[in-house]
Amino acid sequence: MSLGRTANGFRPTARWEILRLRAELLRTIRQFFEERGFLEVETPVLSADTVVDRHLDPFWTVDVDSVADITPHTQRYFLQTSPEFGMKRLLAAGSPGAIYQITRVFRRGEIGPLHNPEFTMVEWYRVGDNLETGIGLLGELCQALFHRGVPRIQTYREAFAAFVGLDPHLASVVELRQTAERMQVAYPATLSLDDRDGWLDLLWSEKVQPHLGRQEPVIICDYPASQAALAIVREGSPEVAERFELFVDGIELANGYHELRDPQELRRRIATANAQRIKDGKAPLPVTNRLLAAMEAGLPPCVGVAMGFDRVVMLRAGAKCIRDVLAFPFDRA
Amino acid sequence: MATYNTSEFRKGLKVQLDGEPYLMIECFFVKPGKGQALYKCKLKNLIRNTVLDRTYKSGDTIEAADIEEIDAQFLYRQGDHFVFMDNNSFEQYELTKDQVDEAWKYLKEGMPCTMMLFNGKPISVTPPNHVVLKVEYCEPGARGNTATNVTKPCTVETGAEITVPAFVEMGDLIKVDTRTGEYIERVKAE
Repeated sequence: MSLGRTANGFRPTARWEILRLRAELLRTIRQFFEERGFLEVETPVLSADTVVDRHLDPFWTVDVDSVADITPHTQRYFLQTSPEFGMKRLLAAGSPGAIYQITRVFRRGEIGPLHNPEFTMVEWYRVGDNLETGIGLLGELCQALFHRGVPRIQTYREAFAAFVGLDPHLASVVELRQTAERMQVAYPATLSLDDRDGWLDLLWSEKVQPHLGRQEPVIICDYPASQAALAIVREGSPEVAERFELFVDGIELANGYHELRDPQELRRRIATANAQRIKDGKAPLPVTNRLLAAMEAGLPPCVGVAMGFDRVVMLRAGAKCIRDVLAFPFDRA
Repeated sequence: MATYNTSEFRKGLKVQLDGEPYLMIECFFVKPGKGQALYKCKLKNLIRNTVLDRTYKSGDTIEAADIEEIDAQFLYRQGDHFVFMDNNSFEQYELTKDQVDEAWKYLKEGMPCTMMLFNGKPISVTPPNHVVLKVEYCEPGARGNTATNVTKPCTVETGAEITVPAFVEMGDLIKVDTRTGEYIERVKAE
């Protein structure tokens, strides 16, 4: 890769009017949260702890002097994939009940029209929220940013049934694969029949998501329990994750959880994610962290949401590629 | 055999599937925030020019294709065979009409070309972007009509038919864009 070391590689890829729009939207977001009494906080970007997710790959760093002989005992620091741990530690330590942060996050290997390995995330938490009030607040922010009306709320099951014609909670993996074939979705030859979530993700990315939020914005809720990440799983038949996502013009903009508070359950999910990572040929991530200690001390009931700021700018600017809204994308960073 | 991992996927990569060489002409990264990353690729078969849609997930690999591009020149045509020479090794290669494809229209003896080898065997040839060809036959044009929007077919020295403006006459030298097959301009004899 040339890493942009050409004569023009020093120049920004975004036009100045878009960089001005970024500044304006940052002001809109800060004003939105200030008006609602949220406190802006800052937590470390570089941390010994990291979120353990099957599909999130962090960058990790070591002291420059230990690069030559890295051992399993070398102290590693991760660039955050989201500010989740730091912000929940503040909540558990008795911070004001409504906090937000605008920060840079880093995800290795994610490069595409909607992805840059370093991007800007807006993340907020409000103590006392439940799924409904958490979705309500996200809807208000969406209205403040896009003026396109209050988002429509739909369950994952309804959206999946509408565009794929299957019940995502009940369909067998074989049915999911047959449907992919019938709908002519090219699928990876290596996608195995014991990876049910892989098949759901495939059909969701290809056949559902592109249709979401084409008219008014849409918030999808009640994800399959297997895709709970750090959300509470609500008992029922079927059990579902109290997780929700905002889509505008087919683009995924925000992800929220009615937050998991049980440290034992978090330990189990970390172990499951690590087992899947090893199966996928990826390095496992540390199983202990200060979030577990914070949850032992007591995380108050809350909802947390993360929003990709660069995509908000893209939608407002009508940009087709994230490069058009970044001063310096990864190959010029 | 060398392989490419999904993290190395990009436009222009030359890969091998079922023993045939492909060019990655598009690679589109899709990933739900909490889900599986997918690489949606369009792969062009370098022998048959057909295009395949293939989707990969992170961690998948594709075999690299042993593709080499060499400077060659066209020597002569013998029936349906076209003979080329590697400018560096002077080795001669014979290509079929299918392998030469559209390029036959522009090949004049001694013309420099780029030849693509797969596992050391020629699979295609690309002429220069612009070539000058002599008009062997065309209907006479209306004298003085310099409009370029009135066109007619003409036959050039290679036997190919090219669409030219009405004012072009037999014996003229014309410059043609080999990528589109389109007439560019009339040129003076050197």
